[in-house]
Amino acid sequence: MTKTPQTADVADLPIDAVRPPRPGRWIAAVVAAFALVWLAYTIIVNENLHWDVIAEYLMDGRVLGGLWVTIQLTVLSMVIGLALGILAAVMQLSGSPVLRGASALYTWFFRGTPLLVQLIFWFNIGLVFPSFGIGVPFDGPKLIEWQANELITPFTAALLGLAINEGAYMAEIVRAGIRSVDPGQREAAEALGMSHRQVLRRVVLPQAMRVIIPPTGNQFISMLKTTSMVSVIAGAELLTVSQRIYLGNFEVIAMLIVASIWYIVLTTIASVGQHFIEKRFERGHHALQVRVRRNLRPFSRGNA
Amino acid sequence: MVEPKVKIRSVRKCFGSVEVLKGISLDVPEGGVVCVVGPSGSGKSTLLRCVNRLETIDSGRIWVDGDLIGYAEQGDRIHHLRPAQLCRQRQDIGMVFQRFHLFPHRTALENVMEGPVVVKGVARGQARKRALELLDRVDLADRADHYPAQLSGGQQQRVAIARSLAMDPKLMLFDEPTSALDPELVQEVLAVMRDLAASGMTMMVVTHEMGFAREVGDNLIFIDGGVIVEQGHPRDVLANPRHERFRAFLGQVL
Repeated sequence: MTKTPQTADVADLPIDAVRPPRPGRWIAAVVAAFALVWLAYTIIVNENLHWDVIAEYLMDGRVLGGLWVTIQLTVLSMVIGLALGILAAVMQLSGSPVLRGASALYTWFFRGTPLLVQLIFWFNIGLVFPSFGIGVPFDGPKLIEWQANELITPFTAALLGLAINEGAYMAEIVRAGIRSVDPGQREAAEALGMSHRQVLRRVVLPQAMRVIIPPTGNQFISMLKTTSMVSVIAGAELLTVSQRIYLGNFEVIAMLIVASIWYIVLTTIASVGQHFIEKRFERGHHALQVRVRRNLRPFSRGNA
Repeated sequence: MVEPKVKIRSVRKCFGSVEVLKGISLDVPEGGVVCVVGPSGSGKSTLLRCVNRLETIDSGRIWVDGDLIGYAEQGDRIHHLRPAQLCRQRQDIGMVFQRFHLFPHRTALENVMEGPVVVKGVARGQARKRALELLDRVDLADRADHYPAQLSGGQQQRVAIARSLAMDPKLMLFDEPTSALDPELVQEVLAVMRDLAASGMTMMVVTHEMGFAREVGDNLIFIDGGVIVEQGHPRDVLANPRHERFRAFLGQVL
């Protein structure tokens, strides 16, 4: 018979317990591993995939040019979309019914119509408004005037469509972020004598960012891929150039894989960036943050 | 006669159809400490929030240092102040909240610097020096780089007091400053307020701390149902409460 240890001895005894067997988990792991290997094998040995063509075109000048346009479209439409979203959200929360109505109309319309339709519409805006000008409203004399056909290139049409559509979604995200901030924060700032603008910029928005950033990161990643819709108006981004190339060399699948590889590279980089930005805005929200903040020195503006 | 620091006359305030203040008149002399007590829902916090215009009033007048709060009288008409003028008035009135409301994304030091730097445009270096002095005054110099989430309730409230003092206010409003604190943390906040009163600060304190009111207050106001039911020197009114409602209230809190 083994002697039962006394309390004093137990304190020094390490736990080295045997885990119960989990056969279900082992079987599932074997099945999943087999499926992965089999999938990889069929892809690698499949001669219809033309890996040599994929390798040849991955760094092709035209593809890289398209990649650059995709990045530009994504960044610019997210920046403009975020600005529009903040504006629409602030209008939505304002005291004026006219501003609230204008903001509601904007989100209602652009969330209610398909992006694809909006893109084609912006590309053909010249059919509705043949020219744009600055001057006296309501058909008064114009100081400067542009022809729509010159102004609306595939790129500007794509940017208009993507940014304005994005703004409608960002408005909802920003509004939810602003509403998540404790009303007491606003009161404390007002009691210090801050103006509305100072309260928003110094107190409300920095705290709203914590709620706004994660979905905005998702929107950014989503936008990287949404830019491919611009191919319907020949936007010269990644998918458009890939299509142009396969219309010449008939390597449809290979060119789509080339485009997909770049999309995955971009979204992966964006996901990593999102992770670090989220950490940055977690400031002050849990006990670990002082250490996190030190680790992120390069990201923080110098606090005197 | 010396003009009182705070002059409140016939103030009424409704929330919808509920009248929470039914004609309150009150003077706070320079350097005076007024303690406002009353059952919850009596309107005592609302009264305080009207003084720095976090709430608008429906009738009556409030003056702080001779300035009419929230309005300007021109001829026989009364005008709303413009937002910038309202901000100017609030700069001189510090407010401490029941739930602290420190800015969670800024350290204790940054919280105290925020008002002077953003509102008054004080240089960062100078604001920082003054903020460190104030944190030292509330005995938190060693917590300057902590975020609010890393501080106890009592420490947060002391930082909040320092944040208000950084604006060099003429008047400090305390809205139940110890009600959200664990019992053992109440005294450290009251000690800071006691020092502040001793330094000559004009204070309006909504509180349930009768001991503090007795010791530090010059005037005790009991509000119930939106009217002042009883007032006088704390030692007198606490020893000889005249109104039945005040006696009942004291019976519950003491």
